[in-house]
Amino acid sequence: MSHRTVINIGPFHPLQEEAEFFQLYVEGETVVDVDVRISYNHRGIEKLDESKTFDQVPFVVERVCGICSASHPLAYVQAVEEIAQVKVPERALYLRTIVNELERLHSHLLWVGLAGHFLGYNTVFMWAWKYREPVMEILEITTGSRVNYANCKIGGVRRDMTAEQLQQIDRVCVDLVGPLDMLTKAVLDDPVLHARLKKVGVLTPADAKAYGATGPTARGSGVAIDVRRDDPYAAYDRLDWQVITAPDGDVFSKAVVRLLECFEAAKIIRQCVRDIPGGEIDAKVEAIPPGEGVGHVEAPRGETFHYVRSDGSNRPVRHKIRAPSYNNIPTFKASCVGLQIPDVAITLASVDPCYSCTERMCVALDAQTRKPLYDFAELVRLSQLKTQQMRKEW
Amino acid sequence: MALRMWALRKSLWVYHVNVGACNNCDIEVLELLTPRYDIERFGMILVGSPRHADVLAVTGVCTRQAMPRLQELYLQTAKPCVVMAIGSCALAQGIFTEAYHMGLPVDEAIRAVDPNAIILYVPGCPPKPEAMIDAAVKGMAYLKTLGKPAAKASGKA
Amino acid sequence: MTTVPTQEGITLTGFVGEVIKRLGRLVVDVQQCQPRRGIVRIDPDATVEVARQLLAMSGSRLATATGIEVRDGIDILYHWCFEPEGVVLTVKALAARPELAIDSIAPVVPAANWIEREMHDLLGAQFRNHPDMRRLILDDSWPQGVHPLRKDFDQVLDRPPLPSAPTDGGGPKEAGP
Repeated sequence: MSHRTVINIGPFHPLQEEAEFFQLYVEGETVVDVDVRISYNHRGIEKLDESKTFDQVPFVVERVCGICSASHPLAYVQAVEEIAQVKVPERALYLRTIVNELERLHSHLLWVGLAGHFLGYNTVFMWAWKYREPVMEILEITTGSRVNYANCKIGGVRRDMTAEQLQQIDRVCVDLVGPLDMLTKAVLDDPVLHARLKKVGVLTPADAKAYGATGPTARGSGVAIDVRRDDPYAAYDRLDWQVITAPDGDVFSKAVVRLLECFEAAKIIRQCVRDIPGGEIDAKVEAIPPGEGVGHVEAPRGETFHYVRSDGSNRPVRHKIRAPSYNNIPTFKASCVGLQIPDVAITLASVDPCYSCTERMCVALDAQTRKPLYDFAELVRLSQLKTQQMRKEW
Repeated sequence: MALRMWALRKSLWVYHVNVGACNNCDIEVLELLTPRYDIERFGMILVGSPRHADVLAVTGVCTRQAMPRLQELYLQTAKPCVVMAIGSCALAQGIFTEAYHMGLPVDEAIRAVDPNAIILYVPGCPPKPEAMIDAAVKGMAYLKTLGKPAAKASGKA
Repeated sequence: MTTVPTQEGITLTGFVGEVIKRLGRLVVDVQQCQPRRGIVRIDPDATVEVARQLLAMSGSRLATATGIEVRDGIDILYHWCFEPEGVVLTVKALAARPELAIDSIAPVVPAANWIEREMHDLLGAQFRNHPDMRRLILDDSWPQGVHPLRKDFDQVLDRPPLPSAPTDGGGPKEAGP
């Protein structure tokens, strides 16, 4: 089955006259500069949180970004737990780990599907999203929603899981290994994908550090940082798992990191199901003393960082939210310059920004005249065409 | 006009635009393309240009920055075009109503440029893909009524 | 080694203590020194030098920065992470009233580029020598000089007027039968 998308044919898109989100400046076929505007999605959440009570905030911040929807509340509650010096019960730590790793699974599978679509491998798109479904379902069964789980609260989690639900989660992880194997081999063994993705969009380790890149964007450049191992939270330091890195810094490396992280996520979840202790799920925190705290978690895209300041009242004085893409997207300045236009779509995707932001908002402009040349849909089409051509030549 | 309505009953072309969403609704919209939900069996496809769209699927609160663009997009679509406001944010800006960067809610923004716009509301945060399909089917049924001479309810003919 | 002024009850031990000691007299106050967390205040004229030294350390990166309006000005908190130690060191520099200005560290640390632009938009903090101080996060119609994260800005009552709708110049209104 093919994914039919009608692409606007023609170089000049009537709407893209001004900067929306991504602007790439091209000379001939080569990208010479990248610029990004992010006011489109700005909703003023940090200010909004100053008018909410501490326990209302998790419901707001899980809507910062839908695909990292478990990570933001967890980072926030960890920051507040640091202020209040709360000891979270063990069972809650394991439950948090399970939900966050399930999120990592569905997020990476989403990415694999999109990357497949951008490259013209629409079967990969369909399969990856099909195999995501059991993960979404089990999240709905256990937390009540496919996305927006509302499972974290200050001091623990809001909802327990029954033994039967935990077994269901375990079965989902077992059943996922086969499809993950298939998708991984589809990427690792395909010579055309090697040709398309290797040495494309390279981010050096030095640039990764200078831009503060995290997550697969950094680990794909061989930078072995992972908040789960370096500053452990939830139950990660009680479990046996690996930090996945790949050395070359190109799109291929980032793809490999995400795919292999799926296997690790399934491994982590299964250990949690096996080892989760009984007991309380909530430390029942009553008041937050004055102070400041920091909470960071390894979201699927990288480090989500929250800072909270409290003055002893029941509302935060200041809540700083930094999503991983905020540091990862500027790395385009380093990785996109010198790219050929058909490689732009997949390089932008390799950082895994929120899909919707890139979908309609990316424009390639002529560096001299500033005239729009291609919008994102066309960049995707050019990418798909390039794959087709390479397949023919192979 | 009747011919167009007949054509619409068979397949709806959907242009999706995000005007300040957290992406939950957006990925559920994309879910519709995938084997589990498969809107293509209804003849619905996502298109790359608003000029080809019969349905403008809008997600997001409509931020200040997005608002003029949304209005511009709506003006570009060929009428009749049903606006499908997906999710609590598109209905009434969800939990963000008090935030400072909000534009008008989606329906007010669209009605500011076209008071007779047809708007479908799909509640949820995010709405389940089943809810979106239900809304699309209801939308198609409503469009059918527009083709009949008696039902000039929204004034578009 | 020069002594670093610390608050009462704080000893400079562990990795965090080592980093703070290396910064030496650039640190004017130590507010927290724990195994994985540190908070220090630096001389606001020393932001670039501190950033340079911290970036040069192995395993360091700038995670982000927080701006907070306080009584004396805008406090800029640079949050530095160190791996594999898993340390977060918050470095505070006050951009005092009335100028609310400090030197930008973006020329030295590219990771600071966007976040300084954001703090400029939302708080009105000035970053001297920032390579690209354009609006980042507020929309095109937002007026200059209105900073929503300031404590005197009410998010509902103080909203600037909305941008106006485009005039009808769009494409085809209706497809023919």
